[in-house]
Amino acid sequence: MQKVNLCDACSKAKGVNDPTGFALADLLLGLGAAQQIEKGSSVLKCETCGFTQADFKKTGRLGCSGCYETFSEGLSEMISNMHKGTSHAGKVPRHLAERIKRKQHISTLQQELDQAVASEEYEAAAKLRDTLREIESTAAE
Amino acid sequence: MKLSRIIANSGEWLSGDGPNRQIVVSSRVRLARNLSKTPFPGWAKRAERQQALEKIRPSVESLGVMRGAYSENLTELTALERQVLVERHLISREHAAKGAGSAVVMNVEQTLSFMINEEDHLRMQAIRCGLQLENAYAMLDEADSELETKLDYAFHTELGYLTACPSNVGTGMRASAMLHLPGLVMSDQMNKIINSINKIGLAVRGLHGEGTEAMGNLFQVSNQTTLGESEIQIISRLTKVIEHIIEHEENARQLLVERRPSTVLDQIGRAYGILCHAHAMTSKEALNLLSTIKLGVDLGLFPDAARIDIDELFIETQPAHLQKGAGTQKMTADARDALRASLIRAKLKPIPEPDLQQIQMPSATSTQPHDE
Repeated sequence: MQKVNLCDACSKAKGVNDPTGFALADLLLGLGAAQQIEKGSSVLKCETCGFTQADFKKTGRLGCSGCYETFSEGLSEMISNMHKGTSHAGKVPRHLAERIKRKQHISTLQQELDQAVASEEYEAAAKLRDTLREIESTAAE
Repeated sequence: MKLSRIIANSGEWLSGDGPNRQIVVSSRVRLARNLSKTPFPGWAKRAERQQALEKIRPSVESLGVMRGAYSENLTELTALERQVLVERHLISREHAAKGAGSAVVMNVEQTLSFMINEEDHLRMQAIRCGLQLENAYAMLDEADSELETKLDYAFHTELGYLTACPSNVGTGMRASAMLHLPGLVMSDQMNKIINSINKIGLAVRGLHGEGTEAMGNLFQVSNQTTLGESEIQIISRLTKVIEHIIEHEENARQLLVERRPSTVLDQIGRAYGILCHAHAMTSKEALNLLSTIKLGVDLGLFPDAARIDIDELFIETQPAHLQKGAGTQKMTADARDALRASLIRAKLKPIPEPDLQQIQMPSATSTQPHDE
């Protein structure tokens, strides 16, 4: 977010009387950004916080972290237009890093298991299934 | 810790020393973080904002680096005090406009500040003197790693840290440096530079951010995007670009001194004359003239000891600082202009006239020594 400091005279000249009342979505994302989210979410409402697309249009901000799931369809295009990439390449909270690693491990094992079953390698499949169960049970603890 | 004690001293970034100090005034990095499954401050009800504050504020205060820090709810600060913090870049203009449920926590050195319930639940900032974005990030990274053990951050495997505005998702990081570029402005190169910086996905803004004009030849260069690159990648890309700009600025100064010495000397002499003798001065005029004097210090026309005084004037002549100094909440613009002029006159009095014999080539690579 960027800040703008205006003196009394300039704020009047620029028609700003409420500094928070900018059409920020438009300001930041170019005109039409607020409309973009509409496409994917015509009647959507965030279950966590009750936020709707109309609210986004008004403020250019989302209601809570859950909104990223709720409005994911409309947001993904906007986000990919805005940023260099579409997936996070930076810091990950440590406790999540372990969880994410485990998730990835489980999904690779699952893929290997599916392949083993498909190619009728039942011995390997049984081993993989045991490993998977073990990991999943520790995750549940 | 009282705010008056914090304000009494200028921050480390203003009075300290750092690499490329002459051109890079300060380096700032900020991280945006939110609590998961909690409405963002702009959407939260008052009670929800209060709850978030009660979770976050003690966690921030308990950080090792924040021992003895100043911590206060915004409702406890006057409009003037908030504006002083804005002028020092310790809180954002948006944060200054917030009321109940918002707070600020900052360390005594004024290198770290935490805004609670700004646009995001938590915005933390590190500000350092000169070009040291990596150091600033390292400070924040450490504080952030400690905080993530106490707070349940909103984090998404694909999108990274989730923020109120989609333009901040991913790292939630904005890194910026404040550059003093009188050489590039005087030689009419600034538009060209701004255009090429914009092309590579970085932003150039005026002193107080987007939409503000560049006063005092001060420009902020920052990353525009936050998703798809790591924090370190963003910072090293930005640092490389800034190093290029520094080089261009040094070259521009050198060319100005070589090819148009009388123009440069005339501008510095005039700035000195006006600042020493004016009795009414707007903050815009003050910033522009002080910028010219700062260039004069860099070129050796004024003693190096004057540098701190000039740098401090950049902040002290801002409206809220002036008023705070005068000990009044309300002041007309005319009264401020008069006070500003007298403050500057007093500060400049001990600084001798520009000594034209002393002019130095701005770049270290200069091959023309001026010693006899």
